[in-house]
Amino acid sequence: MTQDSRLTTEDLKYETHECDVLVVGAGGAGLRAAIEASAQGARTALVCKSLLGKAHTVMAEGGIAAALGNVWPEDNWKVHFRDTMRGGKLLNNWRMAQIHAQEAPARVLELEEWGALFDRTKEGLILQRDFGGHRYARLAHVGDRTGLEMIRTLQQHAVHKGIDVYMECTIQRLLKDGERVSGAIGYWRETGRFVVFKTKAVVLATGGIGKAFKITSNSWEYTGDGIGLALEAGAELIDMEMVQFHPTGMVWPPSVRGILVTESVRGDGGTLKNAAGERFMFNYVPDFFRAETADTEAEADAWYEDKTKRRTPDLLPRDEVARAINAEVKAGRGSPHGGVFLDIASRRPAEYIRKRLPSMYHQFKELADVDITTTPMEVGPTCHYFMGGVRVAADTAATRVPGLFAAGEVAAGLHGANRLGGNSLSDLLVFGQRAGHYAAEYARGCADQPAIDQAAIDQSACDMLAPFDQQGGENPYTIHSDLEDCMHNLVGIIRTQTELEQALQELDRLKQRLLRARVEGNRYFNPGWHMALDMQTMLTVSEAITRSALLRTESRGGHTRSDFPDSDPHFAQVNLVVRRDGQGQMTLTEEPLPAMPAELAELLEGGH
Amino acid sequence: MASQVTMRVWRGDASGGDFCTFEVASDEGMVVLDVIHRIQETQAPDLAVRWNCKAGRCGSCSAEVNGKPRLMCMTRMNTFAEGEPITVSPMRTFPPIKDLVSDVSFNYEKAKMIPAFKPRAREADGTRRMFQEDVDRVQEFHKCIECFLCQDVCHVIRDHDRNKRSFAGPRFFVRLAALEMHPLDTNNRLELIKARAGIGMCNITKCCTEVCPEQIKITDNAIIPLKERVVTEYYDPLAWAWRKLTGRASGMEKGDAATHS
Repeated sequence: MTQDSRLTTEDLKYETHECDVLVVGAGGAGLRAAIEASAQGARTALVCKSLLGKAHTVMAEGGIAAALGNVWPEDNWKVHFRDTMRGGKLLNNWRMAQIHAQEAPARVLELEEWGALFDRTKEGLILQRDFGGHRYARLAHVGDRTGLEMIRTLQQHAVHKGIDVYMECTIQRLLKDGERVSGAIGYWRETGRFVVFKTKAVVLATGGIGKAFKITSNSWEYTGDGIGLALEAGAELIDMEMVQFHPTGMVWPPSVRGILVTESVRGDGGTLKNAAGERFMFNYVPDFFRAETADTEAEADAWYEDKTKRRTPDLLPRDEVARAINAEVKAGRGSPHGGVFLDIASRRPAEYIRKRLPSMYHQFKELADVDITTTPMEVGPTCHYFMGGVRVAADTAATRVPGLFAAGEVAAGLHGANRLGGNSLSDLLVFGQRAGHYAAEYARGCADQPAIDQAAIDQSACDMLAPFDQQGGENPYTIHSDLEDCMHNLVGIIRTQTELEQALQELDRLKQRLLRARVEGNRYFNPGWHMALDMQTMLTVSEAITRSALLRTESRGGHTRSDFPDSDPHFAQVNLVVRRDGQGQMTLTEEPLPAMPAELAELLEGGH
Repeated sequence: MASQVTMRVWRGDASGGDFCTFEVASDEGMVVLDVIHRIQETQAPDLAVRWNCKAGRCGSCSAEVNGKPRLMCMTRMNTFAEGEPITVSPMRTFPPIKDLVSDVSFNYEKAKMIPAFKPRAREADGTRRMFQEDVDRVQEFHKCIECFLCQDVCHVIRDHDRNKRSFAGPRFFVRLAALEMHPLDTNNRLELIKARAGIGMCNITKCCTEVCPEQIKITDNAIIPLKERVVTEYYDPLAWAWRKLTGRASGMEKGDAATHS
């Protein structure tokens, strides 16, 4: 142990809590997992970095994809499965996509049992809206604030379930007893004091790592914590190269660049136009989607009411639309502030827009002085979501580390190379519930409370305090800003071998600089210190993203290589798997996708 | 266009503190939260502030800007007169933790005392049928982002700390109204609303409505209807007589659920 002699016993002191299931993260997946684990009788602890109810789930706007069939009775899980797989360019784990499509309706109806109030059809049922890549209007929603409704419903339901909630607490390391997980150590953000959880099972529900990118829709919390924790604990990561850039983020004014503009704008009739007023998406329909996409404006506009028509190209999956916008701007056909126009003002009545998109109306009015009922919005791609993450078993959400589970954005597999809008909220519910269930079941099967490793606790505590003693004078905020530049410029929407190699070198330099990062002040609610600690994980996960992107020499979904612009049939068959080897080195291997049963493979072909 | 602004930011903790002055550049379109972040990045790295979405959705970055309860992420810098210093301080109604971060646990404790949603039986066909016009008014309450600015501004607890024991505050009247008016809910919370939540202490000055960033008409649509229900239930002589005769509460809209009283 390399304990710093200047640290006193008081410095290293920690409090201890004991539970059966520790859920890390309190967005949709974490809350749903905690509710389920608790319902199974497990003593459940829920830890989150922010206050309860503030997680990024509140930013989800458009809706929850579930084949309820309330608007289009033709819809069913098979169509949803097909749409999800095709949206993911068939890189998805087929079993996760099947479970997701089958169970999403029940999970949505369950929210209604817990008090959620979705918008209604004329018959009094849950209304569903159109979204990119979905054959039918499928998204259960509440205006454009569906995520808020979901997180508040889960939060209020959880309050009465006897779950111990630890707010503003950051988990820094998982503890193990031999091969199995046995606990976690972290710190209270308020006091900076350490806290240890002794547990039988851990569910990671920490979301993605959008904060590694400069233009992002994500908040400070999205620093890849769960991905890093899992990797260091011996779990595997897959699909790390698959990063979703949402096509429509705000681009102006500069201070709001990246803030999400919901896909519902297009789902509810909005259309993308370039500086010449041309609906350019018709020029970017890939062969993969040509048969199901309208090729005239008349057919595209008719599709909203008549599903025998083909879908508007404005609602192609997000990867396609983001690349198209990127190309239009590069070709000099962009809007004044480097985006394109998103126009609903000329296509729908003002009253309809205010009713369907109240948050968007408010957001543009307040932040950009734009009235979206009269003026087109300026939008451009923003880093939004990670398809990649922790590799889990499809049915149980279990990682290869006994007792360690993962659900939601932190887990990988469901979305393959690209996630469809609306499939995230349903993912959180379906796999949050499963992770909670199987974590509780695992905990029940543990004969004893596993032991925690005192040396690991002390080492971790020393590591966390190290930035207070650095003399190097590097500012952690500057290092973070440089990481954002690196990932944005070199590992962004369009990638090349040369730039990815440059990024790896830059990540190495940033790691060296982080060792010299100096934290000012004391341990009491110190964001500079928190940033220095978050940077360690962000650099590790950024390296995994970059290495994976370098290895996948093709273009697919959320990974576009300008030096390999086409899809490669070889890479259609493999996941890239990231591990830490015995020497602490990051290793990458190609592994074949699980084989899909013939009856499911058949669903992918044909009309629908 | 970049301009230089003078920010006076409260720094301190439970033991006390004071305003610190920062000269900082503000770019076009910036909001107060952007300027606070710039101070953090360049001048005071340990300046404590809560924030998440930076788009007015999560309700984390509540503070008092020039004395007014505001979300820092939705307060544009160009709304202030040029050259005037801008003061930013934590919400005063809650105990300070550090700098702009205050201890809002009061609100999480109050949330626990509200009995959960309890739906009535399903329709005969197994569905839940509700019509848009029936859910509209409750959806207004569900817009609440729990920024707690209404709690901060409410003088019942802002100026009288001891009232916190017996008063839930506007946020939780909104929550209670959402449950009371939910088309499916069957729980009866009138006793709670009257007694432990202390709705009678609100004298409808509408301060909460004025600061709500979601423009929820807290006083008109939530608090006043709840007050009316309490009056009908407890102070209406006819209702009183009905209760005496039948042993049943008279709350009409919740009648089927109130028989346990």
